[in-house]
Amino acid sequence: MHESLLMRYAPSDARYDEMLDEIQIPRPHWRVFLTQLQSMSKRAMQERSRFVHDSIASDGVTYNVYADPKGKSRAWELDLVPLILPEHEFREIRLAVEQRARLLNAVLGDLYGERTLLARGLIPPALVFGQRAYLWPAQGAMPPSGVHLHSYAVDLARSPDGRFWVLADRTRGPSGAGYALQNRSTLWRAFPDAFQKLPVEPLEPFFDAIEEGMYRLAPSKGETPLVVLLTPGPYNETYFEHVILARTLGFPLVEGQDLLVRGDFCYLKTLRGLRRVHGILRRLDDDFCDPLELRADSALGVPGLLSAVRAGNVFVGNGIGSGVLETSALAGFYPALCERLLGERLRMPQIATWWCGEEPAMAYVLSHLGELVIKPTYPTIRMEPIFGHTLDAAGRAELITRIRAQPHAYVAQEWVRLSHAPVWGKEAQSLLPRATTLRVFAVATPEGWLVMPGALTRVSPHEGDVVSMQWGGSSKDTWVLGDKTTPRAPLAGPKLRAEDVRTRGVDVPSRVGENLFWSGRYAERCEGSARLLRAGLVRLMETGSRAELTSITEACKRLGVLPVPKNGKAAGKAADKPSGKHAIADTDAARAAMFVRAVTDPAVPGGLAANLGRLHSCASQVRERMSTDNWHLLSELPAKVPRKDASLGVASKALDEIMMACVSLAGFAMDDMTRDESWQFLRMGRRIERLTTLASVSSHALSEPGASLEWLLEAANSIVTFRARYRRLPELLPVTHLCVMDVTNPHAVLFQVREIEDTLRELSAPAEAFAELSRASASLTAFPLDSLAEEGDTLAAACKELGVLLAQTERAGYALSDELSRRYFSHAGSAPGAAAP
Amino acid sequence: MTARYTVLHETRYTYEAPVGISRQVLHLTPRGTPYQTLLAHQIRVAPVPDISRDMVDPFGNAVRSFCVERDHDSLEVVCESHVEVRAREYPALTGSPPWEAVRDGLSYKAGRTLSPDELTATEFLFESTRVRNKRELQAWAAPCFPSGAPLLVGVSGLMHRIHDELTFDPKATTVSTPVMDVWKARRGVCQDFAHLFLSCLRSLGLSARYVSGYLLTRPPPGKKRLIGADASHAWVSIHCPGYGWVDVDPTNATLVGEEHVTLGWGRDYDDVIPLRGVLLGGGQHELHVSVTVSPETSSSMGAEAGDPVRSMT
Repeated sequence: MHESLLMRYAPSDARYDEMLDEIQIPRPHWRVFLTQLQSMSKRAMQERSRFVHDSIASDGVTYNVYADPKGKSRAWELDLVPLILPEHEFREIRLAVEQRARLLNAVLGDLYGERTLLARGLIPPALVFGQRAYLWPAQGAMPPSGVHLHSYAVDLARSPDGRFWVLADRTRGPSGAGYALQNRSTLWRAFPDAFQKLPVEPLEPFFDAIEEGMYRLAPSKGETPLVVLLTPGPYNETYFEHVILARTLGFPLVEGQDLLVRGDFCYLKTLRGLRRVHGILRRLDDDFCDPLELRADSALGVPGLLSAVRAGNVFVGNGIGSGVLETSALAGFYPALCERLLGERLRMPQIATWWCGEEPAMAYVLSHLGELVIKPTYPTIRMEPIFGHTLDAAGRAELITRIRAQPHAYVAQEWVRLSHAPVWGKEAQSLLPRATTLRVFAVATPEGWLVMPGALTRVSPHEGDVVSMQWGGSSKDTWVLGDKTTPRAPLAGPKLRAEDVRTRGVDVPSRVGENLFWSGRYAERCEGSARLLRAGLVRLMETGSRAELTSITEACKRLGVLPVPKNGKAAGKAADKPSGKHAIADTDAARAAMFVRAVTDPAVPGGLAANLGRLHSCASQVRERMSTDNWHLLSELPAKVPRKDASLGVASKALDEIMMACVSLAGFAMDDMTRDESWQFLRMGRRIERLTTLASVSSHALSEPGASLEWLLEAANSIVTFRARYRRLPELLPVTHLCVMDVTNPHAVLFQVREIEDTLRELSAPAEAFAELSRASASLTAFPLDSLAEEGDTLAAACKELGVLLAQTERAGYALSDELSRRYFSHAGSAPGAAAP
Repeated sequence: MTARYTVLHETRYTYEAPVGISRQVLHLTPRGTPYQTLLAHQIRVAPVPDISRDMVDPFGNAVRSFCVERDHDSLEVVCESHVEVRAREYPALTGSPPWEAVRDGLSYKAGRTLSPDELTATEFLFESTRVRNKRELQAWAAPCFPSGAPLLVGVSGLMHRIHDELTFDPKATTVSTPVMDVWKARRGVCQDFAHLFLSCLRSLGLSARYVSGYLLTRPPPGKKRLIGADASHAWVSIHCPGYGWVDVDPTNATLVGEEHVTLGWGRDYDDVIPLRGVLLGGGQHELHVSVTVSPETSSSMGAEAGDPVRSMT
């Protein structure tokens, strides 16, 4: 045994110690585990600690910190040592949490229903009507099942006498259960031997119950219920947990924009049309849920969701408005409410709480500030807890003035000395005592409440009593030791059947298709504009004819790639120096500046830098669809943009690199992604973009029949083919054939049309919706190419005609893009179930 | 004294790009009260909605909600109401209870049962989206409420103070200007006057609600009534124990009488927005609102484009 493990572990007399008893002997339920730890060498401990750290990194477990200036997400912290609780202690917790969940559900039902608790003076109106979290439009929007509160979590602390107390209720859409599951899966791999020896209660049945319960609470009336997990999206602090939960429960992870309410029914927008949603596990804040009736500025919600809830057509857990119970000020009222509503005594006490809205309570608080922690009554108010004992005289006087002016806005709680649990100190190479709180989870099922046999235990990062993941705390797995030894592997769900394998991936949210579509369009747009800009830069660096440069500039302008010059500035500058030679040099300088800006300046709306940014942002929304290499290449792309003061040479070199990267991206798109339905949209996006770009530049080239056409071959990436095939200078007829008509050239206009038609067939899209493109391509195909070999007016007329046809094709490409958006992404105007077959 | 009115409230949105789905909630149906009867009422929407429903909001106001689920470039809502308004009897201002007693009567005492009327009063006692509870406002309103002053004497004093110190100026504020900015600038329209009044009263611990409606305007002597020149109006209603709710109009410094038509009430403007909606598509839009309140003897019904900007007195 390594005495050193406990050498620096000094329990405090003033606190309860989870591991050691009063005479510093390990409590019985810790002995088996401690014996194992002590049999390990320090080196082995370090290895396991590193293993835990590396698993978290490789599983990508993160926690987003709003206030963190260093970055959006940071790695989750998990301590090597679990918190262990014996069955008899957890039994008390289970009973108390189950009772409290029942109580809170009953209170919630009353507040949004009959409101008798207010009328009888059992709850102060200030704690209901005074709260922004009380959502008036949710009145009466309660489910027939009576389940208003569906997922409940409660923070518990243990006082020096060993009893557990309630610190706070979490009723909005409590986070943490998914992290607890992740912690378990990590520690299970770190201590497989301990799990063999100890009867640790498994967590999986709890998640099975959530899944099963949601299916049964959802009003499906005989249909196969579809339940989704509604998340605010990747910027939410606990997004990672939403991903784990969705995966564990088998619910599609959706954002507000993925859902649509039609005629009081809620639908999921999928690439195969609208699918009715029967249940929503909600992780989106209450007031953001429905911009029609709640916060109008919410872009995260679903317009009309409340009306679907009111009509009883969708079950939302937790019920919208459940956040009203998060205020600590209600705590003092629960003992009486429990007697009144349940006819039971409240099993677990809450730490002493004084709501200053009551005169006697305020008087007590003002005279005992030094022993109390002051918090806002309304959790929506931003205010950090104030520890009374840290205030000087002036601070105390200021606080008293604030409380007196708005007594109902303040709550005081006693300052609890939290129990200590051991953490592995990496530097100390020893166990160290740290303040600890437990978050325990419960879920409603049609049969009643089920409490997760475990917890998310959180520990203070230092010696102190502030325990919060936002403040850099760490977490622990929590082992409840059951009666029987039945070790089982975590996350071993039932085996997939062949049917599951076949149907997986059917409900692809439209958003995924839409982001892939735009990733494809932007990737292609970046490549296309890079080619044109490089053609321009190369000519600017050479001496020689400026005619092609003019053509390129005009083609760029037509595509919106170049910055729009401020009125008269460029012209005025040229006018200062009237000499012909200088004028040309100056025009060159102005052009060079324009081209470099188009490459480097993200403020140029259609420039390369801006489009690379858009590509990155669309692709990051569908990051999970890409291989690591693919994503790596994409995430490096914006960094390839040179500085704004780059020389022509530097800019042109950067363009080479960007083009290479774009070509690699195209390769990934072809060869590195599953070709499911959503992939067809990536392909479609690429083809439509290439079609419109090629049609636009070719149409422009035809407007100047006599001009040199080498630049067009460069823009269409066809110069090598042309030279190999014709071994002569570019002439109008062969160039046009190669860039427009040649269906074997992947950079020809008609090749894109074929690919698009092929993709549309894959998607079983009805022909009439895309008739415009078919008509335009038919006219192109029928165009007599011979006429381009004519001369004079006949040639001019032929060029004009073909130019018009190409412009039509370009417009048809844009129209198709709009039509795809409506049909597959926004589902505007389409009847439920009758969209794409 | 009774009066009958026809209220024609027309709203037209013209969109730059087609709207695919439009969901709207309307607070445009005049509320039945002891002093107001809704005789006839009709809401016409173009294009014809795919779904349309009447319901009652949490404050007891009638609400029409509808949804248009196919492409449209414009949306027109024409609401025609025929109402009878009767004179109200107000208590003598000096006969109302002392304001501190009213305030303390609504403060929480554990286990004390609230009458339905008192419970309703507590709904309008606290901050809401547009109404702030501020120490500065409490101090500013305090001179109108000396110790022991009858509630309605204080309310009347505050109403005159707001009327005298604020300039009616439709250009000074927008529909979303915060009430504290209104207070600092001392300018705004009826909605701003009402929100400031409410903020002062609630900061003092009194219960007061926002009333949305219309006001009959008088054409200049010898001129015909202009169709569409009227506007939506807003005022404030104060809970006065022993009497009920007393409606006062701070924009015009008057008690509300037979020339005010009530649509409905809530904690503030956000609870009773005449038209509130969410669109899919549409881009920029142009809005035309026109309101006409005509005494029923008048035959001058018709429609004409109103003030395209914000129509609010």
